Amino acid sequence: MDVAMRAETVTLTGHGGDRIEGYLAQPVGDGQPPAGGVVVIHHMPGYDDWSKEVTRRFAFHGYPALCPNLYSREAPGASPDDAAATARAAGGVPDERLVGDVAGAMETLKALEVCNGKAATIGYCSGGRQSLLAACSLPLDAAVDCYGAFVLNTPPEGAPLSVRPLGDRVKDLHCPLLGLFGADDQFPAPDEVAQLEKLLAGAGKDFEFHSYEGAGHAFFCTDRPAYRPEAAVDGWNKIWDFFGRHLS
Amino acid sequence: MCTYQTEQLPVRGSGKGASGWFAVREATVYVDHPVHAPDLHTLNIDLRNPELGPSARVALELDGASARALAEAISRALGRTPDGLLEGATSSQGE
Repeated sequence: MDVAMRAETVTLTGHGGDRIEGYLAQPVGDGQPPAGGVVVIHHMPGYDDWSKEVTRRFAFHGYPALCPNLYSREAPGASPDDAAATARAAGGVPDERLVGDVAGAMETLKALEVCNGKAATIGYCSGGRQSLLAACSLPLDAAVDCYGAFVLNTPPEGAPLSVRPLGDRVKDLHCPLLGLFGADDQFPAPDEVAQLEKLLAGAGKDFEFHSYEGAGHAFFCTDRPAYRPEAAVDGWNKIWDFFGRHLS
Repeated sequence: MCTYQTEQLPVRGSGKGASGWFAVREATVYVDHPVHAPDLHTLNIDLRNPELGPSARVALELDGASARALAEAISRALGRTPDGLLEGATSSQGE
């Protein structure tokens, strides 16, 4: 099914009432049934072209999608790589602010005519952990964690980023979770993924995890050498199946 | 992998960025995915001046062998420098 779409830079209200930048892609045209919205949480390299491609891909498949620029405050108007360098040097995105920004993006999506009132998150790299964090904090209908690190493990000694493990938050997860990981990844390594799986199962949560042999971190990134087509194509199919069940 | 390990240090000197020369005040050094270099991981160095904004940045992405060779070359060059030459009187630096 081909879907016409409109994609544009927008301003949305994020954490603390701050006005932040975002990239919105939504289906347009008659005959398209409303669907749940997808908040795309960009990877650590920032609000870059690839993240915007991912956002458009959801709209192409019928889901309105919004990627908030999580580095809007530190680096308004800067190129994505300069913004990412600034955010890294500043210690990354605080968890509380992330949740507020995702909440703002979720509300923006829910207000769209093409949205059926449901919402999900999907996050890549650092955004994978943040997607799970959002799902433990906000009334979402589904969440996808793509190779998020430090969900359970503590960041290395001296790491300046303000991230902390989320093990104690897993009990608050109240929506289905899809996890997609690379078996060759070191952050998160397979043992951390296995521990999270055990924790979720023990807590009786609704989740499904898939780990791909021959794939490492960032295997979805088509513009990087880490791209693994076989894992990415299957991963996208898992996402369409998952959202088809939870966002329709 | 995206490592969260970042070395950060104050520096003093100048770098040439997209808008010309500027005073650099901070360096970050880390191993992570590059933005541009055709490698899975690189040793990345950002020389920045936060006061001038995010675009005041000189960025390097080097493969492991290059990074080590560069570090050794810097050490060799410094080792051959007469005592006091680089620690002498300084002048104020414009931005």
